[in-house]
Amino acid sequence: MTTKNKNVHGILAEFRNPKELIDAAEMVKDSGYNNFDTYAPFPIHGMEKAMGLKDSLLGWIVLAGGLAGMIGALALMIWVMGYEYPLNISGKPYINIPVYVPITFEMTVLFAAFAATFGMFALNKLPRFHNPLFNVERFKKASDDGFFICIEASDDLFSENEVSKLFTDSGATHIETVYDSE
Amino acid sequence: MSKNYEYVPEPKLIKGDHTFGSITNLIAKTPLSSTPKLWYLAFAVANLLLIILLGSVGYLIWDGIGIWGLNNPAGWGWAIINFVWWVGIGHAGTLISAILFLFRQGWRTAINRFAEAMTIFAVMCAGLFPAIHVGRIWVIYWVFPIPNQMGVWPNFSSPLLWDVFAVSTYFTVSLLFWYVGLVPDFATLRDKAKSKAAKITYGIAALGWTGSFRNWWNYEKAYMILAGLATPLVLSVHTIVSFDFAVSLIPGWHSTIFPPYFVAGAIYSGFAMVLSLMLVARKIYGLEEIMNIDIMEKMNLVMMVTGNLVAFAYLTEGFVAWYSGYIYEQGIFWLYVVGPYAWGFWILMFCNVITPQFLWSKSIRRNVTLTFIISIIVNIGMWFERFMIAVVSLSTDFMPSSWDYYSPTLWDILIYVGTFGLFFTFFLLFLRFMPMVAIAEVKGVMPQADPHNYDEETNDFIEARAEPTMANQQTVQQKSE
Repeated sequence: MTTKNKNVHGILAEFRNPKELIDAAEMVKDSGYNNFDTYAPFPIHGMEKAMGLKDSLLGWIVLAGGLAGMIGALALMIWVMGYEYPLNISGKPYINIPVYVPITFEMTVLFAAFAATFGMFALNKLPRFHNPLFNVERFKKASDDGFFICIEASDDLFSENEVSKLFTDSGATHIETVYDSE
Repeated sequence: MSKNYEYVPEPKLIKGDHTFGSITNLIAKTPLSSTPKLWYLAFAVANLLLIILLGSVGYLIWDGIGIWGLNNPAGWGWAIINFVWWVGIGHAGTLISAILFLFRQGWRTAINRFAEAMTIFAVMCAGLFPAIHVGRIWVIYWVFPIPNQMGVWPNFSSPLLWDVFAVSTYFTVSLLFWYVGLVPDFATLRDKAKSKAAKITYGIAALGWTGSFRNWWNYEKAYMILAGLATPLVLSVHTIVSFDFAVSLIPGWHSTIFPPYFVAGAIYSGFAMVLSLMLVARKIYGLEEIMNIDIMEKMNLVMMVTGNLVAFAYLTEGFVAWYSGYIYEQGIFWLYVVGPYAWGFWILMFCNVITPQFLWSKSIRRNVTLTFIISIIVNIGMWFERFMIAVVSLSTDFMPSSWDYYSPTLWDILIYVGTFGLFFTFFLLFLRFMPMVAIAEVKGVMPQADPHNYDEETNDFIEARAEPTMANQQTVQQKSE
């Protein structure tokens, strides 16, 4: 074996279907593990409860983005139309808030959408060049029809034997150790 | 006779006996297998049209917009018509991807990727026209609020400037939404790909996506927020496009009905375009089980509703013209019906008012050939609607002494035809290299995806359990005893 110089990243277990995955995730959570994750080709309903996840922070990021777009657009238009380059249009007021509504709305949406997209990637720590899980040939199924749980070695309770036993008890069809490098 | 409510299982969203793996293979096989000969033929035709577009736009920039058929009263011609037509087509994609998502319509997963791609390419075609119609395209950046040495700023009170912001925001948000949806599917292609080049390309596009639920959790939130943002956005975009007309004082344009009327028309034409493209693509790529007849029928229903909304708006326009007591408004409506462009009006009536009435029949809604024909007629009709609005109102305005008849030149026609080259070049590239159905989302609406549809003891999937969750209330009439 050439596993001597490799660090263990975690232990990966495969399950048959979404139901088994969600049950196993609940078992892993109840056993006290924190650094674990489940992998599936689509989001599974109820998994957040089984894994004990908190609500995503993304909403706040989007709120900040939307507010920045709204305030920025209003500030730009009021400054340009009121002070920097006033244009007399049929004698209407220079600072004319109702006509600024369409552009303010569009800029709010634009900045909020950027915040939602890039905020989501940032929270997910993507883009990422490499992931130790990709060393496992089997893990390719995670984007096709495979359902996996990985308990990471960084967890305080982690021990290869304990984790393997837990996975065997919860009905995993395949258990494999994941290393940092190939 | 009494009414009774009964649960009737809704038809399955995905026909046939599919597993998660077979869905992956069905959709991922097209981008990962070699290019079919027919694709090259179609791509060559699209490229030819694209070259025509580039050549005519080049000549337009060289010679100026005098090569178009514009004349003194009709200062807006095919360019604005084509712009509104293409933007309108784009709206169906956002409706399908965002609004139907918020309404939890599972059937949208079969067509959302496809329709979103159509949106992006249609908005590209649309955006071309405002850019080239300015005459001096090399200073088109003046529409953006960029500090410059002249100390000049754009006029933020102008609906034309609102349009710049609306359409560019719309394009950007549609692109972001589309890409977010594509990331998990790029990961699927990365894992399925055999060749090194495909692995690397799809790998870069997938950004290292693993399918981790902690990621899905943020992802679903992002998707929901983007849908929530795109929903008012799509309504605002065509509203603002209609402001280009409605905020002016031209009879026939200066009307408060324009925003809802334009939005309904946009969705109407967009669904027609999605149907035209879908009915061809599902045949060629063997996706009949995913883009199935039930979905076609639902789309036909949307087309019927929006078509009738549009027809109702025509009636309202006539009524308001009469009721307003304003002779110019009455005059322009009369000129629509019997004036120099009456032929356009009657084409419009045939395509947009009579044609959708066929969709009241269930057997027509479920007939592929007839649906295809209707969708083409609707697209033609919606083009004529914009023609009538833009050209007739301008060329026959207040003073009969200034009236003139507008006809397009060869260059108007070539540029319009050329935009199909632009559209289909991109669309064919999309069909060839990207997953044309949202793989992850289709799997998510399969009954197997819901943990509740599994047996508690054996953990096996139970088909029967899936049915009540998709049940639907229907009124059935019973004979009294």
